[in-house]
Amino acid sequence: MIVRGKVVRLGDDIDTDIIIPAKYLVTHDATILAKHVFEDYYPEFRERAKEDIIIVAGENFGLGSSREHAVIALKHSNVKAIVAKSFARIFYRNAINLGMPALVPEEKNRIGEINDGDEVEIHLKKGVLRDLNTGREFSFYKIPDFIVEILEAGGLINYFKQKGGKTGEKSLR
Amino acid sequence: MSGLTAIQKVLARKAGKHVEIGEIIEAKVDFLMLHEVTGPLAVEEFEKISDRVWNPNRVVVIFDHDVPPSTIELANQMRKMRLFVKKYGVSNFYEIGRGGIAHQVLFEEGFDIPGSLIIGVDSHTCTAGATGAVGIGVGSTDAAAVLATGEIWLRVPETIIVEVEGEFKKGVFAKDLALSIVGKIGANGATYKVVEYAGKTVEKLSLSERLTLANLSIEMGAKTGIVQTDSKSFEYAKSFGKQSAFMDVRSDPDSAFEKVGINASELEPVVSVPYRVDDVKPVSEVEGLEIDQAFLGSCTNGRLDDLLIAFRIIKGRKISPRVRLVVSPASMKTYSDALKMGIIEEILRAGGVVTSPTCGACLGMSRGVLAENEVAISSSNRNFMGRMGDKSSRVYLASPATVAASAVEGKITDPRRYL
Repeated sequence: MIVRGKVVRLGDDIDTDIIIPAKYLVTHDATILAKHVFEDYYPEFRERAKEDIIIVAGENFGLGSSREHAVIALKHSNVKAIVAKSFARIFYRNAINLGMPALVPEEKNRIGEINDGDEVEIHLKKGVLRDLNTGREFSFYKIPDFIVEILEAGGLINYFKQKGGKTGEKSLR
Repeated sequence: MSGLTAIQKVLARKAGKHVEIGEIIEAKVDFLMLHEVTGPLAVEEFEKISDRVWNPNRVVVIFDHDVPPSTIELANQMRKMRLFVKKYGVSNFYEIGRGGIAHQVLFEEGFDIPGSLIIGVDSHTCTAGATGAVGIGVGSTDAAAVLATGEIWLRVPETIIVEVEGEFKKGVFAKDLALSIVGKIGANGATYKVVEYAGKTVEKLSLSERLTLANLSIEMGAKTGIVQTDSKSFEYAKSFGKQSAFMDVRSDPDSAFEKVGINASELEPVVSVPYRVDDVKPVSEVEGLEIDQAFLGSCTNGRLDDLLIAFRIIKGRKISPRVRLVVSPASMKTYSDALKMGIIEEILRAGGVVTSPTCGACLGMSRGVLAENEVAISSSNRNFMGRMGDKSSRVYLASPATVAASAVEGKITDPRRYL
């Protein structure tokens, strides 16, 4: 699985309330949620997300509420992957479950070398991000194989269908 | 290290085998909680993979985020959940007027049995740790998989033991302790880990106070928070006839954990200032800041003892004319008990408003949303940008005592002179 996009740099502690405020949790319609992504915090984001985006952020990305709506809103705003120094755990699970790669570089302090607007390419199985503007490469912490499988299936539901079909009895792995 | 941590013991029980820290395991879930905001998506995803709920007696559906609903969309989401309950024969359903805030209802109704595993579609599911249960918040798709299989994959987390010793000074409450712990450990300080609360000060806390402590574990990024079990948690299990299921949940002294010590006697009444829960300051540093709204409620601090503290401060006084006091009891039971005790009447007399039990104001969804540039003092759990309303509004988190004293004065107020 290879994903490519333009980098949008974000800081530390991006919480799920600022990704999608609670007033929009009246629906899980992806188109509506995407329309309001980062509405208060980063109103220009939607304009930038007209092309494929790779978010590159600091520590604790996705903290706070368990709302999966945050991942839905990002996914349907052309975000192809999120690279961060660290992730809040519920957000991390939600991202994987919806087929959104969430990656932590091994040398997380080098994340500053990736510039806003750079074109980058991520090779999931190799665990490498390549900055096409600078030629620099960054390796990620290895993801457990079954998580790679979930990502490649496009999320937990598809993975589940491939593994177990509609039985309700098959185990997850 | 030959001993086991508390979370290892519980997850070993749920995985049916020995588990190592860092290992990814599949655990059997005791109860799955769904509410009307993230529940409908879980149901929709579940129906893509299964036509049978693994065990309808182990699913708990509670309406709480916007109760009664204030929009057609949320009314429709509740309708979907009612249809789900009916279709699959879900036996634990808390309709509007018969439950309250999910984490409070799980506690009141005896779901939080020590040593059990509770998965909820809400980040504050960690509240269940007050009684020694393991409550883990997840998103909708994880919940869909639990609905189908009754199992969930989990990484066995590392443990931070927070050991609290010493007496609280006057005006210092469990909330001040909880916020101070978040301030010390940081919003990212316990990510992927479990926070285990221990020490003589914690032993002295009531179960209600322990709910406040466990509740804020997520604000440090923790997978969950667990208060070490003792006679109070045993009595809790016993009161629901579940003493045989009781499990002593505490880490062995020779197990692998980090330890953080807190001296409770050094704590002051504190507030978390915008926009970070871990930006914790003594009340004295922000005293005098004018407020527009005081909110008393939420899964953090909307229980009877919280309302009682506020009652003692408000009694015989008036809420400042410049302030709205919004009170949302955590459950119908809390509401009813507060009514019987005359607390509700006194809040009304002082000029406050009491809403139905709901999460509404805490997450800026309904019943107490903030306007542009407004400032609130709140007994809830998050002060992120726009959390309680407009993006320019600001939220200061504090104990119920600080909220009540500030409501009376119209500005952030140290509660000690009211106690």
